[in-house]
This record gives sequence, C-alpha cells and structure tokens, in this order.
Amino acid sequence: MIVIDSLRKSFFLHLQGGVTLSVLKKISLEVKAGECLALCGPSGSGKSTLVRLLYANYKARDGKILVRHQGQWVDMVKAELRKVLEIRKLTIGYVSQFLRVIPRIPALDVVMEPLQREGIAAHNARRHAEDMLTRLNIPQRLWGISPTTFSGGEQQRINIARSFIKPYPILLLDEPTAALDATNRRVVVELIQDAKERGAAIVGVFHDEEVRDAVSTCIFEMTFDGGQA
Amino acid sequence: MSVHDEGPLLKVMGVTKYFGSRVGCRDVSFDLWPGEVLGIVGESGSGKTTLLSSLSGYLEPSTGTVKYWMGQEGLVDVGRLSDPQRRYLMRTEWGMVRQNPREGLRMRVSAGANVGERLMALGARHYGKIRSEVFKWLDRVEIDLGRVDDSPETFSGGMLQRLQIARNLVTKPRLVLMDEPTGGLDVSVQARLLDLMRSLVSELGLSLIIVTHDLAVVRLLAHRLLVMRNGEVVESGLTDQVLDDPHHAYTQLLVSSVIQP
Ligand SMILES: Nc1ncnc2c1ncn2[C@@H]1O[C@H](COP(=O)(O)OP(=O)(O)OP(=O)(O)O)[C@@H](O)[C@H]1O
Ligand SMILES: [Mg+2]
Repeated sequence: MIVIDSLRKSFFLHLQGGVTLSVLKKISLEVKAGECLALCGPSGSGKSTLVRLLYANYKARDGKILVRHQGQWVDMVKAELRKVLEIRKLTIGYVSQFLRVIPRIPALDVVMEPLQREGIAAHNARRHAEDMLTRLNIPQRLWGISPTTFSGGEQQRINIARSFIKPYPILLLDEPTAALDATNRRVVVELIQDAKERGAAIVGVFHDEEVRDAVSTCIFEMTFDGGQA
Repeated sequence: MSVHDEGPLLKVMGVTKYFGSRVGCRDVSFDLWPGEVLGIVGESGSGKTTLLSSLSGYLEPSTGTVKYWMGQEGLVDVGRLSDPQRRYLMRTEWGMVRQNPREGLRMRVSAGANVGERLMALGARHYGKIRSEVFKWLDRVEIDLGRVDDSPETFSGGMLQRLQIARNLVTKPRLVLMDEPTGGLDVSVQARLLDLMRSLVSELGLSLIIVTHDLAVVRLLAHRLLVMRNGEVVESGLTDQVLDDPHHAYTQLLVSSVIQP
C-alpha cells in the first residue's frame, strides 16, 4: 500500500542565517495491507517528519512516496495538489498531534465530517460518530460543544474518532495515545487492531512501548544522522 | 446551472497590473476548480486587493487573461465581455464581499432590500417569494428577522459583514471573491463567519477566493494558498504545506511571526 524509495528531506532555514537541516537521507521502506509499521528512534530523528511527508504536509526534496489510491500507485511527491486532496479525502487518514477546528462547530459534527464529505446521509454519519464518541468515552454532554475548549486528551480522542470513523486504506498515526489514560489507550489499541484486520496499512509513532508492542507488525529504526538503521 | 467538474471554473494567466510605473501585481497565474477555496495572504500593500479587483474586472489588467467557465460557451475571456455582459455576470454568478461592508452594501435602503435587490435584478417579481428568500438568508447569516426593515446604519460591523454576505449569496453565485471578510471583527464574530462560509462552500459547492492577512483563517478555510509579496506570488501550494513547511524566506517570516497559525 505504501512504498517509499530513497526519500530525502531537509529544511532550509532562511531566518536562522540560512542553515540547512538534513533530516532524512535516503529512506526506503514498504508497508503492505494489514501491516502496522512503527517508527522508532530518538527525539528529533525525523519520525514526525516522515509521517508528515507521507501525508504531503511536508514537501519532499527527492525520492518517491508511492501510495495505493483507488487501485493505482500515485507518487505523493509529484502528484498534483488536487490529487493530493483527493487522496486525503479517500485514502489516507491522519491523526496528528493537533486538532485544528473552526470554533463553534460541535464535536459531533467535527467527527462526522469525513463521512459527510463523501456524501453519506447525515443521520447515518451521525450514528457512526455517536458510536465512535461513545467508544472513546467522550461524555455525551460534550458532543454538542466545540472541541476548542476540550482538554488535551479529549481533543486527541476527537482526532482519533475523526480518522477512524471511515475505513481509510492507509492510516498515519503520530503518537495517537500520548495524552490518553490507560482505559482510552486500550480503546485505541483495539481500533488499530480492527483497522489492521480489515486490511489497513498503518504507519505510526508510538511512544508508549506497551501500545507499540501490541499493535506493530514491524519496526523501522531511525537514527539521528537522518539514515535508517 | 450545469455542474462542471471536469475543468477549472476560473483560469488566471499571467495577470499583471501596473499603476503608472508602480507594480500592483505581477504575473499571477492559477486555476480555481469548482468547490475549491483559494486563500491569498501577504502583508498589506502586497497586491492582494489589486489582484482581486483585476480578476473581477473592476480593474483592467495591464497584461494577462482571466477566463471563466460559462457552461456551453466554455472558458470565456472575462476581459472580452461587453460591459452589460460583465455586469450581468457580476450580479448572477459572481459575488464580491468587500473589506468594508459599507462599500458592498447600499446604506440607504433597508437590510431586507439589500438582499432582495439582487434577486429583483435577476427578474424576480413575486413579492412574497422575494420576501421569504430574504428571510431565509437573513436567518442563515444569523441576523434577527425583526431587523429586516431597519437601515444597515443601525447595524454593528459584524452584522454588516453578514448582511453583505447574504446580499452576495442570495443569487447562489458560483464564484465569490472576499477581501479581508473578517478584518476588524472580534474573535467570536469571526468564528461565526468562518463557520458560515465553510458550510456555504460545502452546501452550495461554490468556489471562493479569500484574501486575508490572517493565517488562522486560511488554515481553516482554504484548500490552497498563494503567498504574495511586492505584487508577486512567492510561494503556493496546499495550505497546510505552505504553512507547515514554508520554503520562501518571506513565508517563513510570515509563519514565524504568529503564534501557531
Ligand atoms: N517544519 C520544520 N521546519 C524546520 N525544521 C523542522 C520542521 N519540522 C521538523 N523539523 C526538524 O526536523 C528534525 C526532526 O523532527 P521530527 O519532529 O520529525 O522528530 P521526531 O523524531 O518526531 O521527534 P519526537 O520524538 O521528539 O517527536 C528536528 O530537528 C526538527 O527541528
Ligand atoms: Mg514527533
């Protein structure tokens, strides 16, 4: 589902006197349907950078990021912007560390949005969203409130609900359990297991070893000098 | 109105506008597809408003072309339309929300008339139908229906901006240009407007070009982003790409000058 070939990424920082940070050098990897690849390595080794490149949130310098989209391989590095948007809508779900939402929109609407964008009827989308929020232990009294005022862990669960509500063929998870208590961590582990069973290809960063051991099918070690171990 | 999703709704090619020897905007090109929201950011004086005015035909570009999809006629050069044709287009398929709502509204007629007028210009004559359409739109933009016959002079800044939006959207345009629509409004009013615009874009499938200096606004609304400086586009791409991984020195400066856009 995912093939990365000789991927490099560096940042050129104009404002810090033109420093170049070379973060990823020649990364290559592959993830198949039903697999969950855990990215490991010290802080700053480029785990989040790699996840963001997969979502085309960061622009790669060179190399290839092939993802399987609607039966075809598309290179995220070269794809047209409209194609990338389509891939994000239909193929790749991404749980980032931040929740960015328009104030005033209730949590329930935020969660059901990915389904509605696809044209699924509102009452069906709502039912799915309610199930998801219940499963993630978001109390019903919060459903009608905008998540902008939610706690860190609540916001994280809204992000998770939004990305797991739809059976995306590819899921990117950047520390999805970082702000969660043990009960909710277990729910997320279950969600990830379910996704694998239905054949999703997953790439994730999991700080919590227990979670990592429970969900990952392979480990990708990243080193500080931007290479792979 | 036929649905058109096999090609761009608007094609902007090399649009340049000089004021004497001064550059307003230079060599701007982009395509806008149906249902897409394009954000344009940049410091004041970077040519954002000049670009918008050149797109809408309010200013005539010095060079370059703007083409608009007109159904069976295909992509039509907006600069070649006759004045009446262009005015008709502006009243029907295009909307223009100005930074200063007083410029986009008629301050001497009632709030309701501001909205109803555009329908009448399109040939609506049935008073009852116009009135109910006006009520529907005032309600949509959350203006108390009891204010329908009041003069806009009695409205607050946020209400004026919402009224201007209702006036523009009542004819269900396909393309809306907005110049700093949330400028000068307090944060909670801004949030309402953002919410409103987002739902209108998805419900009506309209295409939107939004000029703003507020990176948080484009982050939440725009699919794609142009960053302008000194009249030129210095960087463009998906909104989150440009804001999270800015390449140009000026974009890096813009992004680093705000707290978590
Ligand atoms: N947008 C950016 N602009 C400039 N430098 C960046 C950017 N994003 C990441 N970096 C740099 O790239 C390096 C890798 O960062 P990244 O966030 O990928 O690390 P990580 O492995 O996820 O670390 P952690 O475990 O702490 O989350 C860091 O030195 C970071 O400062
Ligand atoms: Mg990280």
